[in-house]
Amino acid sequence: MNHAATAPVDRSYMPGMKVDNLKLGMWVFLLSEVMFFTALIGSYIILRYAHPDHWTEPGVILNVPLTALNTFFLICSSVTMVKAFAAIQQGNQKGLKLWLLATILIGTLFVGIQVYEYNILGSEGFVPAVENYHAVGRGHHEAGAPSLGGPLYGATFYSMTGFHGAHVSLGVLALWFVFIKAMRGGYTKEDNRGVEIVGLYWHFVDLVWIILFTIVYLI
Amino acid sequence: MTTNTIAGTHTGHTEEHHNPGFIKTYLFSTDHKMIARQFLFVSLFFLLVGGILAGMVRWQLGFPGEPMPGGNLLPDTMAPGGIILPEFYNSLVTMHATFMVFFALMPMLAGVFGNLLIPLQIGADDMAFPRLNMLSFWITPVAGIVMLSSFFVEGGAAGAGWTSYAPLSASGEWTGVYLGQQLWLISLIIVGFSSITGAINYVSTVINMRAPGMTWFRIPLATWSLFITAWLLLLAVPILTGGLILLLFDQTIGTAFFRTEGSGEPLLWQHIFWFFGHPEVYILILPAMGLVSDIIPCRSRKPIFGYHSMVLALVTIAFLGWVVWGHHMFQSGMNPMLGMSFMVTTVLIAVPSAIKTFNWLGTLWRGDIHFDTPLLHAVAFVSLFIIGGLSGIFMASAPVDIYIHDTYFIVAHLHYVLVGGTLFGIFAGITFWYPKMFGRMMHEGLGKIHWILSFIFYNLTFFPMHNLGVQGMMRRIYDPNQYEFLQALQPMNTFISYNMFIFAGVQVIFAFNFLWSLKKGKKADNNPWKSNTLEWTVPSPPPHGNFPEIPMVYRGPYEYSHPDTEEDFYPQDVPPPTSGSEGYSFGAPTPEPVPGD
Repeated sequence: MNHAATAPVDRSYMPGMKVDNLKLGMWVFLLSEVMFFTALIGSYIILRYAHPDHWTEPGVILNVPLTALNTFFLICSSVTMVKAFAAIQQGNQKGLKLWLLATILIGTLFVGIQVYEYNILGSEGFVPAVENYHAVGRGHHEAGAPSLGGPLYGATFYSMTGFHGAHVSLGVLALWFVFIKAMRGGYTKEDNRGVEIVGLYWHFVDLVWIILFTIVYLI
Repeated sequence: MTTNTIAGTHTGHTEEHHNPGFIKTYLFSTDHKMIARQFLFVSLFFLLVGGILAGMVRWQLGFPGEPMPGGNLLPDTMAPGGIILPEFYNSLVTMHATFMVFFALMPMLAGVFGNLLIPLQIGADDMAFPRLNMLSFWITPVAGIVMLSSFFVEGGAAGAGWTSYAPLSASGEWTGVYLGQQLWLISLIIVGFSSITGAINYVSTVINMRAPGMTWFRIPLATWSLFITAWLLLLAVPILTGGLILLLFDQTIGTAFFRTEGSGEPLLWQHIFWFFGHPEVYILILPAMGLVSDIIPCRSRKPIFGYHSMVLALVTIAFLGWVVWGHHMFQSGMNPMLGMSFMVTTVLIAVPSAIKTFNWLGTLWRGDIHFDTPLLHAVAFVSLFIIGGLSGIFMASAPVDIYIHDTYFIVAHLHYVLVGGTLFGIFAGITFWYPKMFGRMMHEGLGKIHWILSFIFYNLTFFPMHNLGVQGMMRRIYDPNQYEFLQALQPMNTFISYNMFIFAGVQVIFAFNFLWSLKKGKKADNNPWKSNTLEWTVPSPPPHGNFPEIPMVYRGPYEYSHPDTEEDFYPQDVPPPTSGSEGYSFGAPTPEPVPGD
């Protein structure tokens, strides 16, 4: 029974859904992911309503233009992911590899920019811990600048974007596995479920980011 | 799953072709039946751990300040001279509940019966994702070891209650527990992954792996309840994981989500915890309801009363379970108007619960009842669940809850549901499916003695707790004698403790019966209970791959005493006498020639 997913199964006479197990399982898994992010986003909403003074106007502390560019990159990576899947559906092995590699590179770029952003924010005193929080705002480095916002802003910011970043990183890792299998010719026009389900996950992570970008950076 | 297993030839899955080594068979098995047995042994171990902790709690309440027998073995940080310290008592209460809920009852319901019954009852050869299934098992003992280890770190194990209310849990300075509380959080995050991966498997398997003819309304109620429970696990556990991670951040990196220093919101933790926690209550009871719903019609030789209403009641309870979490928080300072709406939704749950109860009674009514151990446990489940359900209505109404909130009344209520309900349901399930799991019957006489003694001493233990609560004894209190008005309750506390020790001692009979029957029990044939569902059509225990060929399902699971058959049961896979046009085969697809390899 170890060969859980070796070949597509003909289910035409079974009462189940006409969907492969792997794809169904990924959809079910994504539902649980939705609930996980719901816990984080719900906490954010409640904390922000209870303590509006901990937040500043958008763009005072966070670098909105940089992250907008990063958001654009991530959306592009969803496009390249679709292109990879479309390529293998037509049996185009070379297209699959190229578009997968592009997705991996853009995903890595996204995480890289996020790490860069964290570094800058940290150096400006925007940290999650209550004791060390002293956010001076973008570009202010003169000594003795007053602290803006409050530690709940930092804590919710890092927990939400951090867990999203972790999901992107895991997605990149999963894409590497798919890419290596693709290099060995593991996907065909007929059986390309691995590409499809990693794509589902990737689009989910992308969608979550659009929500997070809106509520964390823009509102 | 490969094409050939679906195709019904099963060439690769017969016993003689499949012979993995010892480690692959007993430790890292992907076979759902072996995983069910692994879960059973691990969760019985944790049931023992939780029981020992409960025994220590009862010692302190029954004989406060007296040295506990064997207490000298504990280090001075827990019980110097055998006398339990208040800090250790907090850990005992917390860890008793944690082990029982997350490591005994949840794995026993979803882990054991989910794994054993779902593929067998729907006619599948295994789970949709066997390796994910193996992972979901192996996560559990790892998390359990992390949880157990917290007893041995500085400061002791978590002591903020199993609900871990902030700010008590958010900072070690209140409880003196630093690392222990963090290990508690980490362990529950880990065990959450087990629940989620298990749930993904159960949901996918039930949706996609049913045998031909196994339409939604021919699925046995045990599998229905496990399917609904899997949905609750899938959607509720990630909420807890999110909350636990935020609380862990408060503990470790100094954030203030729930800490009052830095304007955190302690009440937010309660909302997150109970938004998970109330579906969790149904995760703990629905599978037991499902097991009992399979056992009662089989042992009464009657179709279940109101099959469709049973399914719809399950679904309704699961839906309503998401909008009632505030009834745990009437006294928390939450908006009283909100309390009103939570009160209404909570009382609504009595309706589907009552439907289920009356359906069980309707099934028993004028049945040809076989009073064997599984049925006795199932009847105990129904009767104790009624008491637990009725005392739940007290707490559900906010005005009454003001008076009895956080007293022993709630302790009595939740033990009526979780021990009287779930644990008796589990006993019913284990005694009923033991032959299918191990190929031998449990000893009937010992089983009955265990049942009657458990039933008596269970009630003597927990029923008086209602009284304690109404008289004002607080939940989780170390020594009620510190209040003058509670001193008069000491004899009742001592009485409860004696009964609890006997109740725990009676479980030795069960343990002996369980272990003895493994080797010496009477050999079981395929279908010792003359049941209809698919798991009884295959040998006990079933071979790797379960079914020699994919079964064809012709009817619902509860066709007992059917006029068309000589026998008083009519298994789901027996073709009707005249093929095809029989009224009882409606909805079944015409059995087409199965595509070959």
